[in-house]
Amino acid sequence: MTWLHPYARFVCAATLLLITAGGMVTSTGSGLAVPDWPNTYGYFMFSFPLSKMVGGIFYEHGHRMIASIVGLLTVGLTVWLWRAEPRRWIRQLGVAALATVILQGLLGGLTVLYFLPTPISVSHAGLAQIFFCLTVCLALCTSAGWHRSGALDTHAPVMRDSTVLALATGLPLLVYTQILIGATMRHTGAGLAIPDFPLAFGRLVPPEWGFAIAVHFLHRVGAAVTALAILATLGHLLAHHRARRDLIRPAWLLLLLVLTQIGLGGWTVLSGRAPLINTAHVATGAMVLGTALVLGLRVNRHRFPDARRVGPLRARAPRTATEPAAPGAPV
Amino acid sequence: MADGGGGDAAAPAAPAFDPATAGDVSGMVMLDGELPAAEELMMNSDPVCAMNATNTMSSTFIGSNGHLGNVFVYVKEGLEGQSFPAPTGMVTLDQQGCRYTPHVFGVRVGQTLEITNSDPTLHNIHASPTANDEFNMGQPIQGMRFERTFDNPEIMVPFKCDVHGWMNAYVGVVDHPYFAVTAEDGLFDLSTLPPGDYVLEAWHEQLGTQTQNVTVTTGQTAEVSFTFTAP
Repeated sequence: MTWLHPYARFVCAATLLLITAGGMVTSTGSGLAVPDWPNTYGYFMFSFPLSKMVGGIFYEHGHRMIASIVGLLTVGLTVWLWRAEPRRWIRQLGVAALATVILQGLLGGLTVLYFLPTPISVSHAGLAQIFFCLTVCLALCTSAGWHRSGALDTHAPVMRDSTVLALATGLPLLVYTQILIGATMRHTGAGLAIPDFPLAFGRLVPPEWGFAIAVHFLHRVGAAVTALAILATLGHLLAHHRARRDLIRPAWLLLLLVLTQIGLGGWTVLSGRAPLINTAHVATGAMVLGTALVLGLRVNRHRFPDARRVGPLRARAPRTATEPAAPGAPV
Repeated sequence: MADGGGGDAAAPAAPAFDPATAGDVSGMVMLDGELPAAEELMMNSDPVCAMNATNTMSSTFIGSNGHLGNVFVYVKEGLEGQSFPAPTGMVTLDQQGCRYTPHVFGVRVGQTLEITNSDPTLHNIHASPTANDEFNMGQPIQGMRFERTFDNPEIMVPFKCDVHGWMNAYVGVVDHPYFAVTAEDGLFDLSTLPPGDYVLEAWHEQLGTQTQNVTVTTGQTAEVSFTFTAP
């Protein structure tokens, strides 16, 4: 058994922790608690005394420490993939992850040095999710389950179902867009622009508009659209691909996560952006994205170079086909 | 003379008019309603602050008997075209007991603002002006100091410490010497003003601003009062 896959999963989990730590930095308003970068109050990062990690420094410096560790873990993952992974595109994915985490570190430094300008802070938040997605991809594609699912004869009903392909492919993009809107709201201080929930100023639609209210309301609309898209995906999978547990399970998880996420969003508003609630909202958003990506990748399994075309896959399947064909059987 | 929190350092330098023609403004800032109770600041996130702080009550609302303190009062209009060279003395903003001292103060355009750390813990000093350059500096060692100046008038420039989220201060940057900050008695004086018509503005960090018109005549003291409504 190779340890590469567990290691990739570990990097993925560490990245989620990093995003959570970043959420705490913003939620506690500690983004500028350490005014210099890459040093910390003149200290080399790893020699900064633990006794001085007080107040906002605890969050900001802690975030930098975790980021450094994730960066080192990513170097290890990239080297490991380069040496042990036979699939070229996965090795390239590893290099992309490394480049992304380096760029992410630079963006983090820039946003501190330029006093948290919105474009850089939102880019930092957005690139964090891209990096997380890359680690999710690497963890998934190095798994035994991914290898097993490469025999495409069992995948034929899904690959011929344009509805599920569209839904599962569009979901990660939809969730990512929603996260970008959320990041914009967060970094422009619009998190409480609409102070009530679930209504907006006591109405379904805000009675007045400005940038802050608009971006906040757009985030709420995006949440509703995302939830509906997830419901539609789950419903379609249950109706047409019920036997595909590898798809059904992430779809159920997505529904659970998105409902939790909406609840956390409302709680964030009603609590006046309590840091822990606000951060849980950020972390859950990342989990929604990661889960949507897993579902999207599995549904699009046939598009990957390591898919093994066992049967005559291009043959047209009957409209009523809802179950996977038996391995080796003609489809 | 107005005391902008910087003591004698804020004294006017060589007014461009005959002081013998000057008049004064004397006033009071009142609060209509009950003064909100000061909130206790939770300083637990830094054990040094929690242990050493002597004042843990918020400075947002201070006052007594209907008078309101920590209000910045200044001449907003009426001095256009006149120039007042910046004084050579410094205004000091100190970090002591994990608080900014003073909480509200004034400084002249071009005047040196000295920022010091008297605490045995580290602070960052983050000023976020809109008409001047933003800065964020660290002072990790007790006794550290640095100096800054502001190039443009601005009411008000917020200061905060991102390490200790409860620490904030406000500085009014003006290009003349006619400003004051009220103490708990709500009183203020703007002395040695050239005769003329002025607009005074009073600023409070939570209650916003109010303006008053006032006419200054030679040798006379004009009376002005501002009344804010309690939240």
